[in-house]
Parts: sequence; structure tokens; C-alpha cells
Amino acid sequence: MTLLDIKNVNKHFGGLQAVSQVSFNVRQGMIKSVIGPNGAGKTTLFNLISGNLPLTSGQIFFDGSPIHGLQPYQIARRGISRTFQNIKLFPGMTALENIMVGRHTRSRAGFFGGMFHSPASRKEENAIREKSFELLHLLEISQYADVEASSLSFGQQRAVEFARALASEPTLLLLDEPAAGLNIYETAEIARLIMKIKSQGITVLLVEHDMSLVMDISDEIVVLSFGQKIAEDIPSAIQQNREVIQIYLGDGDA
Amino acid sequence: MTSQLFFQYLFAGITYGSIYAIVAIGFNIIYNTTGIINFAQGEFVMLGGMIAISLHAILPLPLAIGLAVIITMIIGALIEIIFIRWLKNPSVLRMIIITIGLSILIREAALHIWGEGVRSLPYFNGNEISTIRIMATNISPQVLWVIGVCSVIVVLLSLFFKFTSLGQEMRACAANRLAATLCGINSKNMVTFSFMLSAGIGALAGCVVSPITYTQYDGGTALAIKGFTVAVLGGLGNSMAAVIAGLLLGIIESFSVSVVPLAFQDAISIALLLTILFVRPHGLFGSREAAGLKEF
Amino acid sequence: MKARRYFPIFILLLVLAGVQQLTQMTGTAYYLTQMTMTAYYCLLIIGLCLVMGYAGQISLGHAGFFAIGGYTSAVLTTYDLGPLHAKGSGFINFLSTCGLLVSRENLYGETLLSVNPWLACVVAIVLTVVIAFLIGIPVLKLKGHYLAMATLGFGIIIFRVVLATEIFGEADGISDVPGFRLLPGVIVSGDFSNRVQNYYIACILLVIGFLLLQNLIDSRVGRALRAIHGSEEAANAMGVDTARYKLYTFVLSAVLASIAGIFLTHYNGGIGPSEAGIMKSVRYVAIVAIGGMANLWGALVMAAVLNFLSLRGMFGSYDDAVFGAILIIIMLFAPHGLLRLQVWHFFKKSSTDI
Repeated sequence: MTLLDIKNVNKHFGGLQAVSQVSFNVRQGMIKSVIGPNGAGKTTLFNLISGNLPLTSGQIFFDGSPIHGLQPYQIARRGISRTFQNIKLFPGMTALENIMVGRHTRSRAGFFGGMFHSPASRKEENAIREKSFELLHLLEISQYADVEASSLSFGQQRAVEFARALASEPTLLLLDEPAAGLNIYETAEIARLIMKIKSQGITVLLVEHDMSLVMDISDEIVVLSFGQKIAEDIPSAIQQNREVIQIYLGDGDA
Repeated sequence: MTSQLFFQYLFAGITYGSIYAIVAIGFNIIYNTTGIINFAQGEFVMLGGMIAISLHAILPLPLAIGLAVIITMIIGALIEIIFIRWLKNPSVLRMIIITIGLSILIREAALHIWGEGVRSLPYFNGNEISTIRIMATNISPQVLWVIGVCSVIVVLLSLFFKFTSLGQEMRACAANRLAATLCGINSKNMVTFSFMLSAGIGALAGCVVSPITYTQYDGGTALAIKGFTVAVLGGLGNSMAAVIAGLLLGIIESFSVSVVPLAFQDAISIALLLTILFVRPHGLFGSREAAGLKEF
Repeated sequence: MKARRYFPIFILLLVLAGVQQLTQMTGTAYYLTQMTMTAYYCLLIIGLCLVMGYAGQISLGHAGFFAIGGYTSAVLTTYDLGPLHAKGSGFINFLSTCGLLVSRENLYGETLLSVNPWLACVVAIVLTVVIAFLIGIPVLKLKGHYLAMATLGFGIIIFRVVLATEIFGEADGISDVPGFRLLPGVIVSGDFSNRVQNYYIACILLVIGFLLLQNLIDSRVGRALRAIHGSEEAANAMGVDTARYKLYTFVLSAVLASIAGIFLTHYNGGIGPSEAGIMKSVRYVAIVAIGGMANLWGALVMAAVLNFLSLRGMFGSYDDAVFGAILIIIMLFAPHGLLRLQVWHFFKKSSTDI
């Protein structure tokens, strides 16, 4: 069934048309990738889906309900979680604490529960902590639990952001260039991880430049160029698509 | 309201409004070059007046004013060099707190040097009861001095920024600091100069308005707030708009006396500030995108 | 586990009691007056620390909330409702039958009928909450300079209002504010005979406030606040309703400031417009900055030291200049505050704690 439905979405900034009449959908349980040359509008599209940017026109439906126009935190509560292209961890907080924030939508303790340290909030805190440790373990970075986020290496920071996004047990995970800055081995790790996430039933939509990763794990690929969708198909078909080859390599003939 | 009263209020409004506009332009000059809001801006006005008053005891008035302006400009430059120049990429919060601290120090220094008392420069011509008749109302010639000097400042500034090489370099710096540096412009000096310029025009305004409003060690704070209100009202960074906004605020404040008790007059400008910030922070003439692009 | 967590607070209580005993023994009991006042200011400052350090919102008008609390309770407990009662006002009669009005003698030997301090306290706090919400909603949407100026503007409006309004005593403020009877035998007032008792009342109030804030910071909400401070965009993406959290934090800190104002007004027997002034607000910000923005203990210690010294007159006529200088020096050289030392890490929970 269709989990995410993007219909005729447009976004322009002043005179620049960043996203133009883009439509596609993502079925539950699949891994879909959005690719395209730089400036194609991929991250803008992500920001539109996650609510960080308002749409100029168009509609986005998640699980049947419209999410366009909602605030990012409202969209997060509906089960969409994301990572950022330039990692946005919380500085001044440890890796563990970063992940614990990810559990925010799955917990409830408010101001009064917090101030009075109620038994209910205490129980919840322990549960949050446990689950966060599980995720640290899953990403094999448990030893960095108490390390301040900004002191971690790039690859480790990516892992923490990943764990943080998973902490909310999302239905749909948006990954913004998960392999950026990673070497071949690390990229293979990411691929393995994403497949594992898929096996847990989480749907994944990712933006990526690394073709090996994209071709390896995607069920379907959407290609954007200058804000427009120019192809949507299974990986093998995309590889053969003339237009796609053209936008990446230019007019090869003559 | 009689027409005489109307014009009294109007001229009072224009007088104060001109000063607010000059303070606002001072804010804008520094803001444009550095992105910093200099909370100590009002103190420059106060210093100009105070220093001129002290110098007037031993020098003729024009010299006292001229020297006061120069001294204040030097103080402005020193502030930038000592406290601001060497900071690397300070956060907005840090800069706010630093300039607030500076404003307090200057004020306290003024308190200890000149005491709590209220002082003023003598009227430039005549005295406090001389009047000129304009539009069927009597106003002090000092009012014409204020409006005249402020207008000259504005005209000179626009000529400066448009036609002199220094002015153009400052504008380049304001538009894109990195590119300006790459063109061989010494950005650091531009910043110092912007402080000097703001200090200078503030000081001059402080001198010319001193006979009417008197000068007191704590007069700077209220001016800074009103100046900021005007700058925001016109759109932060837009000096021409600041002139219009300044006159507007001055006139509104002046006429408000007829409806609101005098003691609440200051509250009017703050209420206006809050309203603008809540409703249209990019000001009457600013654009939302431009406001969003400036680093906060 | 539980002991480790509350250990520092326990030490704090010991220190506070110890100081009091010390003054007793050395005959310097008069210090207690300034220490009591200091404790109330500390309450305001730790609340401000929460807003500035943890939620990352600057507030240059917090003295305004102190004044709202203090002036409201002062007016209500000193305004003579006698004439209205005599005229047969239904509302006043109702309050009277509920036992919410108090009859007392003022300095001049006249009898007046005014509001019971408990009711005044509640009204003051409710008023603070309402105003904090009304101001907070638009103001907290602003950032950087605009936020600073808006909060500064708010503080100045409060100052101007109390300075210009007759009912608030204009430049003289309000005096002859009665004591606040918390419980039988426990009264917040400036009577010498009650000095020691009042010291402990202030300390206990402060410690309770500190405890609640510390708990909050260590909780899910505190984490969310720190997340907002770290990266508002990412916090939003993780499901944190940043606008609402910032607002609630602001209101909470306003309430703490207000309570400080209420109690201090009863203790001092009065309040004046200077309590609402910009210089006070700037002072509070300076202290939070030195203490290290996001460091509750730091704010507490610095608030205690600096306020006490200031109240004792250590800084003489340079009082305001000292705080101005502190602001500059700290921001230039130690923008993360002086007390970000390793010592405090001992008291911080490690991740294996419960």
C-alpha cells in the first residue's frame, strides 16, 4: 500500500523553481532512492516532506492523511524521521543523550513529571535509556555513549544521527545522503544497515549520490533534474535510461 | 486642537524624530558593515553633548563641538579596537551582551566624571526664550539648527557612500565582506571606520540637541532604544527608511502627549517597538527575504 | 543511586545551616538580612538560567516579572478596601465572609482592610502566568537582537508603568507591606525577632526551587530544551514542539522571578521601581553569564556571591559598573562562564546511573 504520496509538488524561491511538478509515491516496506545531479532539488524535496520548508503548491499524503502545511514536529509525531545532509547532532550533549532525544515522540513525561521526578517519569526514563543503548549497540558505537557528540569522528557522528532517527521507531525514514563522506567499506556497512532496517518493516526514502549504494539496495529510483522528475523505475531500467545517462554524462556523442 | 498647538507638536516631533533618525542611521552603519547591533549607540550621543559642554568652558562653542565630535569618534574607534576587533566569529548573543556591557560602562564612567546633574550647551543663537515665527507658531531657532544639522548629515552621508572611494569600500564590505577583502579592501579598518562614523554623527546630534533636551549621564539608554525602534521600523540596514521612520516616531510620540499622560510617553515608543517586532519585524520598507538572510 | 543524586543538595543545606550557625557564633547575625535577600534573588536567577542556558533564549526584562509579583502583592495587601466595604460592595463582602480579607493597623495607627497575603500571592502568580504567556507567545518567535530588544522593551514598559502610576506609589514605591503568614508561627517579614526564621524560609524556598529545576533539567523535558538550544531545526525534526517548550520554560522562569518578588517584598516590607529597572535585569543576565549559562550550580554560586557582595555595599557607587564590567570581561574571555570546571562533573550523573 502507498505510504507516502507526493502529488504535483512545487517549490520556488523568488525566481528560482527548485522543485517543479514532482509526483511519485513510496509503497510500504520498500527502499526508494532519489538521485540527480547537484542542484536538482533533492534536499529541497526532503525539506518539503519533513515540513522544514513550506510548499508553494501541491500535496503530500502520508498514510492517507495530508501532511503538507504541518510543522516538522507534527510530521515527526506521525512517524516520519529524518537525518540531515550536514549532520545536525546536538552539541553539548553526549551520543547517548542525542539518541534519547530521538525517543521524544515515544515518551510523555512533561514539565510536572520532570520537576517532581514522578515514579511514572522515572520508569519512562529507564525505558528510554534502555532503548537508546539498544540502538547504540545496533550501530556498534556503544563505547561512545558518554562522549560529547561534537568530539566524535565524522563516521561516528553519522552513526549517532542514524540511531537518533531510528529511536522514534518511525514508519518512514528519510535519509539525506547517508553515505556522504564515507569510504567503500563504510558505505557497504550503511547498505547492510539499511537492508536490516527494511527487514524490520521500516520504509526508507533516501537521497544519495553514491551510485553503487543506490543501485545495490533500492527497489525503485526517482531521478530529478533541475527540479523536475525525469524518470522513475527499477534500478536496472534507470541504468539503461537515455535521458538519465544524458543528464549525468552530458551529450556524449560527436 | 488649535493650529498653533498642532504645529508646536509637529515641530517637536520633527526635532526629536531627527535625532532618533540619526541614532538609527548610526545603528545601520555599524549593522551593515558588521551585523552587530551596537547597544552603546545612544551613549555616543550623550558623550558628544557632555564632552562639548566640558570643552565649552575653555573653548568657543564651534571649536568645542568640533573637538567633542572628534574625541567621540576616537572613543568609538577605541571601543572597536579594544573590545571587538579581535573576536573571532562571535555569536549574536555574545555581541549583544558585550555591547550592553559597554553601554553600562560608558554610562557609569559618565556618572563618575560629570555627576548626576543635568547640563546643556548654550543655545546656538539667542537663548531659551528667543523664538522665530513659522507657520503661525513660535519655535526656538535651535529647532531649525537640529533639523538643519541632521539634514546635512543625511545628505553628506549619502554623498559619502555614493561618491567617495572610502564610502564605496564600506558599502562593498557591507554587501560581501569576503569579496571585499579579496578586492584588497581592508575589512578590519572598514569596521573601525564604521564605528567612528556612527560615533561622530551621534556626537554631533547630541551637541545640537543639547540646549533643547539637556544632557544627562543616563540619557543614552532611552535614545538607544528609540533609535533601535526607528531602525527596525524602517527596516534594519536601510538608512533612508530610517529617516522617514524617525520622523514618524517623533511625530507619533509628540502628538501622543495629547491623549496619554506624559509619564507614559516613553512607553509609547516601546509599545511601537514590540508591535513592529511582533507583526512585521522586517520593518515598513524591508523585505521578508532580506530580513531572513541577515545572519541571526 | 538516589543518595548520589541528591547528595549535592544535602551538602548545600548543610552549608546554608552552617553559615547561619557561624554568624550566630561570631556575632555577625546582621549578615542574615542580606543573605536572606540574596537567597530570593538567587531563586530568580536560577530560573533565568533555565531560560538562557538551557532553552537558549535571552531575557533582558526578567526584573519585570519580579516587579509584577512584588508590586501586585504589595498593592493588594496595602490597599485599603475599608471604604468600599463600608459602601456595601457585594464582592468585598463575599471576600470578607470567605476570610480572605485581613484587618490590620498600619504605621499611622489607622485600621485598614486589605487582602490576605495568601490571596495576594496567588493573584500575583496567576497574573504573572497570564502576562508571561501573553508576552512569551509573540516574543519567543523572535531571535537574536530582536528577542533581546523585545524582552528589554517589556522590562522597560513594566518599569515605566510602576513609575508613572499612582497606585504603585510612583517613584516612592509601596511601603508598609505586612508580613506574610505562611503557617501558624511562620511569617515572612522583616521583624528582627524573626530574622533567623526568615533566613531559613528563604533558603528552603531556594533549595526547593533548585531541586525542581535540577530534576527538570535531568528529565525528558530538560533534554528537549538542551536539544532546542543545540539545534532547533533538528529538535523539531525529532518531534519536539519547540515553540511550546520555549514558552513553558519562559513562563516557569517568570513564575520563579515573581515568587522571589512576592516573598522579598513581604520581607523588606515594601518595593520600589528600581526593582523593575533595566540595571537589575542586566545584572541578572550578567550573573547567569558568569555562572556559565547552562550551569545551574554555577548560576547559584555566582548569584549568592555577587548579590551578597552588592547588597553589603562592597561595590559602592560602582555597583552597576561592576556588573557591566563583569559582563564584558566574561563575554570576551570566558563566554562559557567561569565555572565549567571538572569539579562539577563529579556530581553529574554518568550514564550508568538510575
